[in-house]
Amino acid sequence: MAEAEEAGGANPVNEPLDLVRLSLNEVVFVKLRGDRELKGRLHAYDSHCNLVLGEVEETVYVVDEEEDNDEDNVRTVKKQSEMLFVRGDSVVLISPQQ
Amino acid sequence: MSAPAAASNGAADARDPSGFLSEIIGAPVTVKLNSGVVYKGELQSVDGYMNIALEQTKEYVDGKMRRNYGDAFVRGNNG
Repeated sequence: MAEAEEAGGANPVNEPLDLVRLSLNEVVFVKLRGDRELKGRLHAYDSHCNLVLGEVEETVYVVDEEEDNDEDNVRTVKKQSEMLFVRGDSVVLISPQQ
Repeated sequence: MSAPAAASNGAADARDPSGFLSEIIGAPVTVKLNSGVVYKGELQSVDGYMNIALEQTKEYVDGKMRRNYGDAFVRGNNG
């Protein structure tokens, strides 16, 4: 498939996972299912988006249902992990941190 | 898992969905996920799983802009 190489040109992102490859050993932002977010250094990934992240900060958005009024308060819970394995099926989005 | 039916049906043929997607690479697109979250950005690339890479991405939740990403990889299974 010579056309695939030509179409890429100077752009190193020929397929979406190249964006993840370029983020190896960099800090990435990861959005997960279930209102969770991670920020950490990307040590490894595969085509399922299984990830190994180091020095991770996990942010969980928790909705507190208030009984006296109808407003739901969204609370954030932060957790730090030295190293984290993320199963790919929970990944929504991966973005290199600027 | 779908595979190209025939080699003659090239990736640039817009008459099938993945052919259409490869023809609009470089264009500004709106991507809506199953969750209702919307991403607007420039389509950088797509693969067979419909994983996508977007540039200059804005994330909208309930119609309100939430976040800006320089580049974003969106996993294909999220619709």
